[in-house]
Amino acid sequence: MNWTETLRTAFDAVRAHRLRSILTMLGIVIGVSSVILTVGLGQGAQNKVKDQIASLGSNLLIVSPGSSTSSAGVRGGFGSATTLTTTDSDAISDKSVVPDVKAVAPTASTSLELTAGTSNWTTSVVGTTPSWMSVRARTLQSGRFFTASEIEHTANVVVLGSDTASELFSTGSAVGQTVTANGRTLTVIGVLKSSGSSNSGTSNDDTAVVPLTTEQALAGSTTNALSTIYVEGASSSTLGAAYDEINALLLNLHGITDSSSADFSISSQESLLSTANSTNKTLTVLLGGIAAISLLVGGIGVMNIMLVSVTERIREIGLRKALGATPSVIRRQFLVEASMLGLMGGLFGVILGIVGAQVLPSIISQPVAVSLLATVGAILVSLALGIGFGVYPASRAARLTPIEALRSE
Amino acid sequence: MSTSVIETRGVRKIYATGSVEVAALREVDLRIDEGEYVAIIGPSGSGKSTLMHILGCLDVPTSGEYLLGGEDVAHMSEAELALVRNRQIGFCFQQFNLLASLPAWRNVELPLIYAGVGRAERRERAHLALERVGLADRADHKPGELSGGQQQRVAVARALVTEPSLILADEPTGNLDSTSTTDVLGLFGELSDAGRTIVLITHEHDVAERARRQVQVRDGVIVEDSAHPELAAAVTK
Repeated sequence: MNWTETLRTAFDAVRAHRLRSILTMLGIVIGVSSVILTVGLGQGAQNKVKDQIASLGSNLLIVSPGSSTSSAGVRGGFGSATTLTTTDSDAISDKSVVPDVKAVAPTASTSLELTAGTSNWTTSVVGTTPSWMSVRARTLQSGRFFTASEIEHTANVVVLGSDTASELFSTGSAVGQTVTANGRTLTVIGVLKSSGSSNSGTSNDDTAVVPLTTEQALAGSTTNALSTIYVEGASSSTLGAAYDEINALLLNLHGITDSSSADFSISSQESLLSTANSTNKTLTVLLGGIAAISLLVGGIGVMNIMLVSVTERIREIGLRKALGATPSVIRRQFLVEASMLGLMGGLFGVILGIVGAQVLPSIISQPVAVSLLATVGAILVSLALGIGFGVYPASRAARLTPIEALRSE
Repeated sequence: MSTSVIETRGVRKIYATGSVEVAALREVDLRIDEGEYVAIIGPSGSGKSTLMHILGCLDVPTSGEYLLGGEDVAHMSEAELALVRNRQIGFCFQQFNLLASLPAWRNVELPLIYAGVGRAERRERAHLALERVGLADRADHKPGELSGGQQQRVAVARALVTEPSLILADEPTGNLDSTSTTDVLGLFGELSDAGRTIVLITHEHDVAERARRQVQVRDGVIVEDSAHPELAAAVTK
């Protein structure tokens, strides 16, 4: 008896007991679809975090001021010190010292009230250099960004975030208008395109970007202190090298020999990503584990039904043996039947999982990414379950002697 | 002298249930030649079912020899016996044993599947066999849509389809009314006239009368054989 005949016989048997076959497959269907959905949810959450971090700028390193230790041994908290200055950012910009860095954007920020006509709005005023645009991966909605010469001349120009612009100028274009901050009148030369994301609660779209020198004038600062230096690495593969180069450079500049007492900290996308991912991974493994157990239960269901099937079709087995089916042919027939139930359950489960992946995001507002690996894996596992749990019932069918099979009522 | 289809020499079958040994067959010597139409009769418990199982290669004797179509089948494995059954024997059962989910012609083709015959040829041969039993127009009907007599005819077609050297019918009329019984026995008569070797197992004497030779079994031995009148004389003595 060849394979096509075996498949046909198995398919006939599955079709002959339609309801039972469907109920048997249901366990596998639910197991497979929940595996696909949980893995998809985990993957979706991971992609979301990745997108959010990528929107901060690609290959980004963030240098923040760290704690400082006073001569009396009192340590301040992170960010309390004004340990980063334009000297540091200029040094990092030096390609001969830090070859793996592509661009540097020093920033100094202060919170100020902006006034335009009768409306006013308090926002974070960020002083920076033209490279900020590329380093933070931002684009303009209208107008232009300021130039290097405008920094030199402490020009009174400002580029507004999209939210800030709509708060101050509810009607008409903001470009060309003026805003007043701390007694200085600034001309709006551009509006940033919405970045669509926020980090740690503050919107990236509620900001006012000015030349670094202008920010210092507005804040009345004389120290050249910076709040953050954003560094864009040359490529993702050399980001680690860039990190080491900046770390060594700043330690040297600050005259610190022990790196554990550094007065700055450098964080990368990777470190943010890995924190976010490890949380997601735990959740995915947990949910995936539960789904895998339900898949196993589905497999046991297949075995249960196949055992019932062997008992119920004992006369059929006897007849087939009387007509010339050898024990191995009977074993193969039941094994193929069980595998078919597993495989069909797997396929229906994948369909249900994919449909669920389309429907679910609109209900729980979480993205679901259907992964090819999980899909193929789930189908293979359900096939393996069918085979694995079919072995015992099939060999029981094969062992029946034709007489006892024919004799039974 | 014609060739023998069945030849048993000193066949014994002993069932061990716990410590008790029950001899279902004791020393059965039987020879059936090609083209014979034999009825094996006996009351229940006489051993005729055991004899049928052994003749049908569904079971092996505890001791003795059994040649089926010249082939010694007494010591074969289950897989080998399955092949012998497929090639040499066509079965008809009291319960018909048709698969309810398949149409008549697909029931008939079953033994050909196990014989490894190709699909087109199977279909053709199954339809020819159904034509032979007068059910050509019922080929696509499922067993549930056929009368008892028609179902047994389908079973006979299934027994014929492999062109076996022996047709073994176990109480083929046990589940049929008198009209269908006459009908099915008429079919066996026709097959016998066409040269088929038929062994029919029954406990009804009027059914056995239709065969050309009667073999009576009692207590595990043959007590009467119409082809060998001297046997009965020996037993009664």
